[in-house]
Amino acid sequence: MAVSVSSSQPKSLELVCPAGNLPSLKTAVDHGADSVYIGFRDDTNARHFPGLNFDAKTATQGVQYAHAKGRRVFVALNTFPQPAGWERWQRAVDQAAELGVDAIIAADISVLDYASRQHPKLPLHLSVQGSATNYEAIRFYHEHFGIRRVVLPRVLSLPQVKHVLENSPVGIEVFGFGGLCIMVEGRCLLSSYVTGESPNMCGVCSPARAVRWEETPRGLETRLGGLLIDRYAPGEPAGYPTLCKGRFEVADQTYYAIEEPTSLNTLELLPELYEMGIAAIKIEGRQRSPAYVTQVTQVWRAAIDACRRNPAAYAPKPEWLRELGKVSEGHQTTLGAYHRTWQ
Amino acid sequence: MIEYQPKLALGPVLYYWPKEKLLDFYERMSAAPVDIVYLGETVCSKRRAFNIEEWLELAERLTAAGKEVVLSTMALLEAESELKTLRRLCENGRFTVEANDMGAVRLLSEQKAAFVLGTGINVYSSRTLRFLAGLGAKRWVMPVELSRMTLAAIQAERPDNVETEVFVYGRLPLAYSARCFTARHHNLPKDDCQYRCLNDPEGLTLSTREGQAFLAINGIQTQSAQTCNLLAELAELRELKVDVLRISPQAERTETVIETFAACLRGESDPLEVARALNAKLPYGACDGYWQGQPGLRQVVEVV
Repeated sequence: MAVSVSSSQPKSLELVCPAGNLPSLKTAVDHGADSVYIGFRDDTNARHFPGLNFDAKTATQGVQYAHAKGRRVFVALNTFPQPAGWERWQRAVDQAAELGVDAIIAADISVLDYASRQHPKLPLHLSVQGSATNYEAIRFYHEHFGIRRVVLPRVLSLPQVKHVLENSPVGIEVFGFGGLCIMVEGRCLLSSYVTGESPNMCGVCSPARAVRWEETPRGLETRLGGLLIDRYAPGEPAGYPTLCKGRFEVADQTYYAIEEPTSLNTLELLPELYEMGIAAIKIEGRQRSPAYVTQVTQVWRAAIDACRRNPAAYAPKPEWLRELGKVSEGHQTTLGAYHRTWQ
Repeated sequence: MIEYQPKLALGPVLYYWPKEKLLDFYERMSAAPVDIVYLGETVCSKRRAFNIEEWLELAERLTAAGKEVVLSTMALLEAESELKTLRRLCENGRFTVEANDMGAVRLLSEQKAAFVLGTGINVYSSRTLRFLAGLGAKRWVMPVELSRMTLAAIQAERPDNVETEVFVYGRLPLAYSARCFTARHHNLPKDDCQYRCLNDPEGLTLSTREGQAFLAINGIQTQSAQTCNLLAELAELRELKVDVLRISPQAERTETVIETFAACLRGESDPLEVARALNAKLPYGACDGYWQGQPGLRQVVEVV
């Protein structure tokens, strides 16, 4: 069921949805995303997974589809080029400009510098991978590259987000839902420490090629780069072995020493985010299926519309939470760092 | 031909050591053969063994002992109080500052002060390095996940008057979080952490359920359990014209490590042989994987 989006609504709380392929992009647009973000089919973006992302043809179709319905498309070029690969990033920036996308989401200084000089009319957003957790850092990127928006790392509490927003020269986008990075994005090398590939260098975290699932007499074991990430008792639901979400031993205790397998869900914070003037809410999950995109977009469209109509009366509906719970990692959700006690 | 002679630097102490231990440590360091000493709290603003005045006094004492002192700044800046401290450090007017966040880069470039780019700044290419050199960066510390191949490519196009520093010894800083993993381990909220990290002079070791240690928890920072040791790579570090070798302070034997590196730089010891002796004493082994373009935790060159 498609939901209509009124363009007369204020631009705050723009809903930014993930699209790992053309079907996801279309369903996001059909179900009420104000914007979708995509990546090209190589290591220029932080979801460089096999079978995912857009080539020249699907990107063109995607931009046409979204623009025909008055929605925007952002391209994530948010990894850090090393000298050997620079031409790929340069080409990706040029390609995004030729496609007529509405913004590039970038993190690396050389990419931002190139894009701002070569394509001065193409809006730039600072990616979460740019690790800007404070307004002085945001001002840096604004002064040098004219960024129009910043995506905040998932490490700030709600009052800290507000303080950044009040002092920021550009609009603030925050993560609302999806897989939860608990480290400052752009500054986490755990994946390359174990597998040789990291988000910064290769656009992947805990890459599938380094994963092994093994049935053993001790239970189902998941490994990453040979290291045991978790072991499941019979009947216990098993999750993808993301490095920071395993059960490990610290001083003779075995527990989720870094983070539980859980998803971020800020549905209940919407009125606060709205009142403080957050520009956009980002949904994580370009690697997820079109069914995920459909479900999550539908719920968030309804929630944002309800919040805008009457923030004081807003409360997340049980069926929204149920729907989001179904597509959450480990079927659990958390407020993450927004809620101080999580820290 | 004269061999390229790098300087030795002592990185900032990444752990929370009590004031007496810090004072004693730096007293000994003032006599150790390091050329550069980085000072300051870079991990958690709740750690207050020294206040700014005390760090500056220490900086003066080390300067008098002949060291080049650099003041290091926090990697993760969230609260306004942290920005306030950052501003004071950036405006100190006397000592060079190491930026570990782009907020610090902004403040330092406004000051027109020459600064150092720490491991917290993502310089993955000579293009990025050139841009930041234009704002006043006089030295950069290579991100620890980069390889010697990438370093060679960056060195080939390195801007004039920019020094290159490589993290050659210590547990690698790998990640920062809003969450304090030490407090979590003790089932305490971060706001009431009771400074439990004071009890872990080298952090808490994290192992798989098969007992394979691979990470260390240090408050909001995650480090490698393995100790990076690139001493056996000294010839290549020289060939690549690396200007500064960084030794990251560990709770034990930091002086031995410094003296061993210094002896190799003077040509009095064989790097491979003494690297072997250093590695034999490491609790969880050594690693050089990142340098070799492989998973960071691996030890590729046979020195054990």
